[in-house]
Amino acid sequence: MGVQGLTYLIVGLSFALYIGIAIWSRAGSTKEFYVAGGGVHPVVNGMATAADWMSAASFISLAGIVSFVGYDGSVYLMGWTGGYVLLALCMAPYLRKFGKFTVPDFVGERYYSQAARTVAVICAIFICFTYIAGQMRGVGVVFSRFLEVEVDTGVYIGMAVVFFYAVLGGMKGITYTQVAQYCVLIFAFMVPAIFLSVMMTGHIIPQIGFGAELIDAAGNNTGVYLLEKLNNLSTELGFAPYTDGSKSMIDVFCITGALMVGTAGLPHVIVRFFTVPKVKDARISAGWALVFIAIMYTTVPALAAFSRVNMIETINGSDQKGVAYETAPDWIKNWEKTGLIKWDDKNGDGKIYYAKGKIEDAASPNEMKIDNDIIVLATPEIANLPAWVIALVAAGGLAAALSTSAGLLLVISTSVSHDLLKKNLLPNISDKKELMFARLAAGIGIVIAGYFGVNPPGFVAAVVAFAFGLAASSLFPAIIMGIFSKTMNKEGAIAGMLTGLLFTAGYIIYFKFVDPTANVPANWFLGISPEGIGMVGMVVNFAVAALVSKVTTATPQHVQEMVESIRFPKGSGEASGH
Amino acid sequence: MGFENNDKAKGYWRENLRLVLGLLAIWAAVSFGCGILLVDVLNEIHFMGFKLGFWFAQQGSMYVFVALIFVYAAKANTLDKKYNVQED
Repeated sequence: MGVQGLTYLIVGLSFALYIGIAIWSRAGSTKEFYVAGGGVHPVVNGMATAADWMSAASFISLAGIVSFVGYDGSVYLMGWTGGYVLLALCMAPYLRKFGKFTVPDFVGERYYSQAARTVAVICAIFICFTYIAGQMRGVGVVFSRFLEVEVDTGVYIGMAVVFFYAVLGGMKGITYTQVAQYCVLIFAFMVPAIFLSVMMTGHIIPQIGFGAELIDAAGNNTGVYLLEKLNNLSTELGFAPYTDGSKSMIDVFCITGALMVGTAGLPHVIVRFFTVPKVKDARISAGWALVFIAIMYTTVPALAAFSRVNMIETINGSDQKGVAYETAPDWIKNWEKTGLIKWDDKNGDGKIYYAKGKIEDAASPNEMKIDNDIIVLATPEIANLPAWVIALVAAGGLAAALSTSAGLLLVISTSVSHDLLKKNLLPNISDKKELMFARLAAGIGIVIAGYFGVNPPGFVAAVVAFAFGLAASSLFPAIIMGIFSKTMNKEGAIAGMLTGLLFTAGYIIYFKFVDPTANVPANWFLGISPEGIGMVGMVVNFAVAALVSKVTTATPQHVQEMVESIRFPKGSGEASGH
Repeated sequence: MGFENNDKAKGYWRENLRLVLGLLAIWAAVSFGCGILLVDVLNEIHFMGFKLGFWFAQQGSMYVFVALIFVYAAKANTLDKKYNVQED
């Protein structure tokens, strides 16, 4: 059976599994739809959280980005894992004790205000839509290469599958489906990494092979460390050394911070900790989630380094002068068809050659344009791994994109049916009606997400970075102050959220959409890029909130008592919506 | 109210904050400290085939993060029992 047939088989089997689980665990009540009945074991919840968390961007793009930028890629590795420490220590246990369904629920009650709730709902919906747009695109990219259909057709198939199990199963269905998706995606990610590690360094654990000496074809140590080799190759081709990076320190600092804080402020991640039975479980659940995430995230930089050495040697040949196009491996031609690899024989010698610089720049010797997004997807082909590994990676990429999309859709539908309708516009609707509206909102959400998937506003990772900046500067400070300050009042919180959101969104929109040519370090505020500005937005939020709360009315007594009561676990009930 | 008296409630929260802040200090030290601010200094040291600063940024910090959460969960549970505010 060829790659094509195997891909259909493995992807088809995995889809059948997800849908089967969705039917088996169909949600019967609004409560099951929102929080899986509160009866999810911490390890299971951790695994589902990890799948929810590891998006198409993590699976498809991350290793590629790290591979191209080396040390600078650390911002994503530390940023997307470090946020869980904040979640576990500063948020999860208290929000679980609070015991409601959603982030706007908390903001609305803690700040005793419909206005605060509405601001939080808008932030949550906005963040989720920004985030989900990147996911649907990811689905399209995977389908277009492996099933050889148009990217748009791929998006439509993905929409249909997500619609089916998110709308039917709700949180309960999603939780169990995500466990299956985690297993598929982690297996798919680890297999090529282990293959490469064994081939290149003789170590079976990629995290160790990452720091080891390279071996030759006969399996003997060459005495050259992988990272040493990579630094040499990088400098020869005109890049900065792999382990040094080229971003300024303040920018690396702020991007890492914005991603950490943003992670802790993402509604679809926070809502996970409402689904465990006890406060105790909320604490450990975040730990398990991070274990499952770290298995992949510590492998990412290893895979990035392996595939970079592999890719450079395949394109430039062992003599570092380039390889004749006719004899070049098939993967280059396969990916050229999707437009994600381009070759321009600038010196007319009929050889492909990769170096620093843009392909359009006549002065640069570089003749190749290689998209970040293909590194993970093409690695099995680059390293000549068996066909089933290629098929498996396709299934893994889809699992990552689908699990995250489903989690996000659920937050969108909950925000609309529960926070906007039930708690705001139509307080008297019945449970059944609310569930119907939730499903309707999920359906509309998918259509909008699909539209962005077909007409993407930017490439996957940039869009996702936007979502993090907004989460960091709006929801995170409001939640933290709600728990750790008894005196923070509604005026302060609302003013903080709005200024944080407007400042961050304004900065990002200006540099990314209004005037992209001005998006260079010289024009940035303190040298901080749009990706890192969420960190400044967060500080602005905290400062404005503190200032405004000083000059406005004090927090009512019953709210102060509520804050005191969420600070210890005793008496935590089941999560409830009323 | 879950506490026997007000002093107990204050004591519990103070100890909880001390625990959280202590762990967050380690969190910041391995990531922002070793992985970013001190990366050039630490890169002079070699560790298992890595430059140490680079290792912290792409491996070490993540291992420490995982450990921190488990330490927190264990210590917070002990603290709950000490003040008798654990769940039934």
